[in-house]
Amino acid sequence: MAVLLLAEINNGELALDATAKAVTAARALGDVTVLAAGASAAAAGEAAAKIDGVAKVLVAEDASLGHRMAEPTAALIVSLVGDYSHIVAPATTDAKNVMPRVAALLDVMVISDASGVVDADTFERPIYAGNAVQTVKSLDATKVITFRTSTFDAAGEGGSAAVETIGAADNPGLSEWVEDKVAASDRPELTSAGVVVSGGRGVGSEEDFALIEKLADKLGAAVGASRAAVDSGYAPNDWQVGQTGKVVAPELYVAVGISGAIQHLAGMKDSKIIVAINKDEEAPIFQVADFGLVADLFEAVPALTDAL
Amino acid sequence: MKVLVPVKRVIDYNVKVRVKADGSGVDLANVKMSMNPFDEIAVEEAIRLKEADKADEVVVVSIGVKQAQETLRTALAMGADRAILVVAANDVHQDIEPLAVAKILKAIVDEEQPGLVLAGKQAIDNDMNATGQMLSALLGWSQGTFASELDIDGDKAVVTREVDGGLQTIKVNLPAVVTVDLRLNEPRYASLPNIMKAKKKPLDEKTAAGYGVDSSPRLEVVKTTEPATRAAGIIVGSVDELVSKLKEAGAV
Ligand SMILES: Cc1cc2nc3c(=O)[nH]c(=O)nc-3n(C[C@H](O)[C@H](O)[C@H](O)COP(=O)(O)OP(=O)(O)OC[C@H]3O[C@@H](n4cnc5c(N)ncnc54)[C@H](O)[C@@H]3O)c2cc1C
Ligand SMILES: Nc1ncnc2c1ncn2[C@@H]1O[C@H](COP(=O)(O)O)[C@@H](O)[C@H]1O
Repeated sequence: MAVLLLAEINNGELALDATAKAVTAARALGDVTVLAAGASAAAAGEAAAKIDGVAKVLVAEDASLGHRMAEPTAALIVSLVGDYSHIVAPATTDAKNVMPRVAALLDVMVISDASGVVDADTFERPIYAGNAVQTVKSLDATKVITFRTSTFDAAGEGGSAAVETIGAADNPGLSEWVEDKVAASDRPELTSAGVVVSGGRGVGSEEDFALIEKLADKLGAAVGASRAAVDSGYAPNDWQVGQTGKVVAPELYVAVGISGAIQHLAGMKDSKIIVAINKDEEAPIFQVADFGLVADLFEAVPALTDAL
Repeated sequence: MKVLVPVKRVIDYNVKVRVKADGSGVDLANVKMSMNPFDEIAVEEAIRLKEADKADEVVVVSIGVKQAQETLRTALAMGADRAILVVAANDVHQDIEPLAVAKILKAIVDEEQPGLVLAGKQAIDNDMNATGQMLSALLGWSQGTFASELDIDGDKAVVTREVDGGLQTIKVNLPAVVTVDLRLNEPRYASLPNIMKAKKKPLDEKTAAGYGVDSSPRLEVVKTTEPATRAAGIIVGSVDELVSKLKEAGAV
């Protein structure tokens, strides 16, 4: 069986961690061909060719494929589908935008956010904010799947797959890109970081989020946030962890001033070690924490930052 | 312009879900059901477009069991003009997959000819995040997913999207399918007089078969299980104790 894997590419650069995690999931299904599509994608294609387990790389470069616009990207994937039994991608916002469109064009269901591979037709996926896990068997001829990256280890490097250049499909011309607002940061990326420090509504203001950031920097961590912290303007949207934000599973997750609603737990409860700092001893976050500290965060967080 | 808003009846987001012991699914009997939170945001946005004279009619659609009527009445009480209920299941445990929902919605779009479909980004029960994109594909329309800002500008819509890297703004041709994210707006509560008024607003009842759509599942559910549970942790007495525990565990 042959698998086509849409590489995650940002501004011409391969998102190695997300792509390599999807490769691990895809290898269980058959020979993996990576599709590197973008306005510039050749460098990303070369980088993908080095991932262990990648058999072949297709590079499609075209202005219409820049910024991962859904319509031309889906059209390209559909034009390639004849050769593949599975079309897969890491479950990023880019892929969640494109893959259901691909599936509908092929008249098949999409399997979103798969967290496990049982066999070539059967997959596990969390539902109800991770409160249940469903095993589903696809009856469709072509399987279209996004893989939840937090549950797969990244494939290593050392491969040397052949790289082939292909053309784009016709651009349906239905939409155009206007701008990206992306904050540059020296911190590790949230979904691949080994340590994540997240703040919630308890932090109280955008200024005081600096406490969270200082602790994060001391730990070499990425910064996350609850929905309440993002909604209140303390933190940007791309820091949101949870059912409808990012899903993370670092070695260490520190939740500060976060109550532990199921929607938040959905995004972090597979972390290896969870620390919770909350002044309310009844907060549900303590039920998933390995180490809980009942304290005022404005005292505990600076003290912890100093003590580390 | 007419705006069509698909709304799904789902388990209320505050309810703790219980997986049935026999692995056949989650227990939905006698559980509080509500409108999918993202769909409330979509209904709110549609009503605001109407209030701003950018839309002239808001039509809400729900596909599922007969009880989804209540969900539609809620949308009507918020301010939608008209509702369509498509009965596609008898058992509350039967979920209609996004592909089938998208096919039924396509048939309704063909009939109603809206200029915009505003859907939720994700249903909080199946967590699929797929229906809007699928509908857009079936219609051959543009799509603007995960919207945190929406502006109608003549025959285009400007959509700011919440993406992994931050925010992306795109301009899509109308008609379009836009799916809404949490920060687009804060939905209003329906007032008592509006709840009374909603009882008199039109609610058409149809069936999936009537639209010629086969809604049988493509994904066979083999089993539904509880997620792995975490071992109980401990409460530490001080920051120093926390640091030493983390060192012992090799976490720092
Ligand atoms: C459709 C939908 C999707 C959602 N998706 C997400 C999601 O993806 N991610 C997410 O996080 N949420 C999500 N939510 C929201 C979720 O239900 C909760 O509302 C949210 O997680 C609460 O955030 P919080 O814990 O920061 O705030 P709160 O629940 O208000 O908790 C604040 C905590 O801070 C503590 N605190 C206050 N002051 C201090 C202090 N000085 N020191 C120490 N502790 C203090 C309090 O004791 C309290 O426990 C979603 C909700 C819905 C309906
Ligand atoms: N059965 C349904 N009836 C009406 N709308 C639905 C239904 N299922 C999904 N939708 C719409 O599609 C969105 C995304 O759902 P999903 O793709 O299932 O995550 C929801 O927020 C609704 O707007």
